[in-house]
Amino acid sequence: MIIRIMGEGQYDVPDDDLAALNVLDSEVESAVLAADTSAFTACFAQLLDRVRSHGAVLPDEVLVDSDLVLPPSDSSVDEVAALLGDEGLIPG
Amino acid sequence: MSIMKRMGLIFRSKANKALDRAEDPRETLDYSYTKQLELLQKVRRGVADVATSRKRVELQMTQLQQQGDKLHGQAQKGLAAGREDLAREALTRRSAVTAQVEGLQTQHAQLQGEEEKLTLASQRLQAKVEAFRTRKETIKATYTAAEAQTKIGEAFSGISEEMSDVGLAVQRAEDKTASMQARAGAIDELVASGALDDASQEPNSDIERELAAISAGSDVDSELAALKDQLEPGSKPEAIEGAATTPPAATPTAAPTAADPPAATDAPPREGQP
Repeated sequence: MIIRIMGEGQYDVPDDDLAALNVLDSEVESAVLAADTSAFTACFAQLLDRVRSHGAVLPDEVLVDSDLVLPPSDSSVDEVAALLGDEGLIPG
Repeated sequence: MSIMKRMGLIFRSKANKALDRAEDPRETLDYSYTKQLELLQKVRRGVADVATSRKRVELQMTQLQQQGDKLHGQAQKGLAAGREDLAREALTRRSAVTAQVEGLQTQHAQLQGEEEKLTLASQRLQAKVEAFRTRKETIKATYTAAEAQTKIGEAFSGISEEMSDVGLAVQRAEDKTASMQARAGAIDELVASGALDDASQEPNSDIERELAAISAGSDVDSELAALKDQLEPGSKPEAIEGAATTPPAATPTAAPTAADPPAATDAPPREGQP
């Protein structure tokens, strides 16, 4: 399973990790919906760390779509809400 | 729906839209390649812009640090001359300068982070653009327009996603740098106006002027003493004795009486005398 962390690149993460990632992902989602900055900061960092520590970085020259995409690591809770709410925010 | 999946869908729909625009699918390859090269240029410009901002902040930090050192020196001179009021004023201004330097250090770290991120993004994009070019040439040489469709879809995989990602990274870096440049401009103005500047500049010339007056006074005194020595070689021992007896009488005025008027200033210890 290929996961992109925006601004960092793509990681090949074992499929076994998906369940654990989904748990963290839904925590991040509730934090974004509640606009809860401190909860967001904590669980978003955990989610990113898990992808980075369990995944292998894809070589730069590999051209492949990601199955899942995560916002840039320095995003604020508002920025993530904006990325999800309006497609126009992602250029290209 | 989960955040990871939603973000993934947004990216894929963007890639599909780009593909749908094409009439002869093989033309999309060249068009997309041109766009990729443009974006690569844009990222490189972004790296250069952030580096320029970083250097500007570095220059400001150096200037402010020099001013801080100068004010520190003025505080030392003020104390040595028994003018605690001047020393206090110099140190007060120095603490304002120090606060500005700390703010700039934070900005500097942020700019360095952005520069590093954009540099890596530009390297990643360059590798992917190169990989895309190879595939593009293969597809054009091997397939007819009809056959090319699926192959082109595959070639677009990843590159479109990378372009969206890098595009956003450049945009974020531009936004951050723009707000920092506004602040940097404000600091340049402050420095130019002299509000943060060393105490020797208008309108804050009082410290330097008074210190200069003190040191000029003691220079004159020591030169006078030297001249006296030359005129009356016989009285030399007396002159030294006379000079040596003056400082003890003068030292009480060096006590921390901030309200002391400059009248006390012509009695500093005569260290300059040989």
